[in-house]
Amino acid sequence: MAFQLPKLRYEYNALEPYIDAMTMDIHYNKHHGAYTNNLNNAIAGTQVEALPIEEILREVSKLSPAVRNNGGGYFNHNLFWEIMSPNGGGTPGGELLKNIEKHFGSFNEFRDKFSNAAATRFGSGWAWLVWTGKDLQVFSTPNQDNPLMDVSDIKGTPILGLDVWEHAYYLKYQNRRPEYIQNFWNVIDWKTVEEKFLVATGK
Amino acid sequence: MKHQLPNLQYPHNALVGAISERTLEFHHGKHHQTYVNNLNSLIPGTKFEDASLEQIILNADGPIFNNGAQVWNHTFYFDTFSPNPKPSPEGDLLNAIEVSFGSFDEFMGKFTNAAVTLFGSGWAWLVVDADGKLAITQESNAGNPLRKGQKPLLTCDVWEHAYYLDYQNRRADYVQAFWKIVDWRIVENRFK
Ligand SMILES: [Fe+2]
Ligand SMILES: [Fe+2]
Repeated sequence: MAFQLPKLRYEYNALEPYIDAMTMDIHYNKHHGAYTNNLNNAIAGTQVEALPIEEILREVSKLSPAVRNNGGGYFNHNLFWEIMSPNGGGTPGGELLKNIEKHFGSFNEFRDKFSNAAATRFGSGWAWLVWTGKDLQVFSTPNQDNPLMDVSDIKGTPILGLDVWEHAYYLKYQNRRPEYIQNFWNVIDWKTVEEKFLVATGK
Repeated sequence: MKHQLPNLQYPHNALVGAISERTLEFHHGKHHQTYVNNLNSLIPGTKFEDASLEQIILNADGPIFNNGAQVWNHTFYFDTFSPNPKPSPEGDLLNAIEVSFGSFDEFMGKFTNAAVTLFGSGWAWLVVDADGKLAITQESNAGNPLRKGQKPLLTCDVWEHAYYLDYQNRRADYVQAFWKIVDWRIVENRFK
């Protein structure tokens, strides 16, 4: 069965004023839609056609660049829409907060490290918070690569991701990527991130 | 040596129809300017303090390469355009294009394809190879053909900031419009 563009859990204007409705509409329908279609075309008739996306990405080095680019684009945007909410912002709690404090010192230190990873990624890419199997790490990847891929320097389960392709912010922020990053903290749905952390750690 | 942002050879609204005034204001006034500013703040106290952009492109890595190459790339890109462009090449350049690509139309098709299919941020280039033949190449992010011993003749910026305000996800429409503002007189002079 072909991959489907997942339903958004909120309206295009739900993340205003931090992410504008026009950006959401184009980002979701055009960019994410194109990654979905191109992924389906790239795997049609191949051995990985019926595999879950996570398994495809784990062996992506053996597959075509089109699978790496579009499979990454498909998965990364799925995650991105999921971890945002109109009722987002604030800080995480529970096990996730404990682990963030353990690995980064404090929530604020984590936040600065993540923002810096997003701001300093040169060109297109993503910033990540990842459970590696033994700790939490923050880093960035180019283009549509992600930490599930066997080509990634740091491998693990991404529980938070920020798209820093210019298409993610250009209509509203133009060259001001740091302002977009700062506003992202107002829409993070920590409940979803906490759930992802518990699944990743098997707790 | 302090690097300077070169002025555009035309007003911000001169390319309207292909590139909007607003895009040029941001692209030249903010992006190009920021690369100049970043470079000037990175090089003091390094061996690139008095280096030319070409020396930086050939020898630097990391942020100094990225910002230095982006200064050069954008100057080269903006210098290609004119509100009254010569619409196609003639003479030696046309001959070389026909030898390497078959015809001017085939060249445009191949260059367009290189620009449209480059994944992520980067630049499509027409270059003279080390063996003197013309070639079309793709470079990611700040990549520049000088680094590979090639002579650049023409480039198209396909970072999303080059077209997003005007074309959003429709990069192919931007590249089509790009052909309307390339001044082939300038490209011919580079080839000489
Ligand atoms: Fe995106
Ligand atoms: Fe640019």
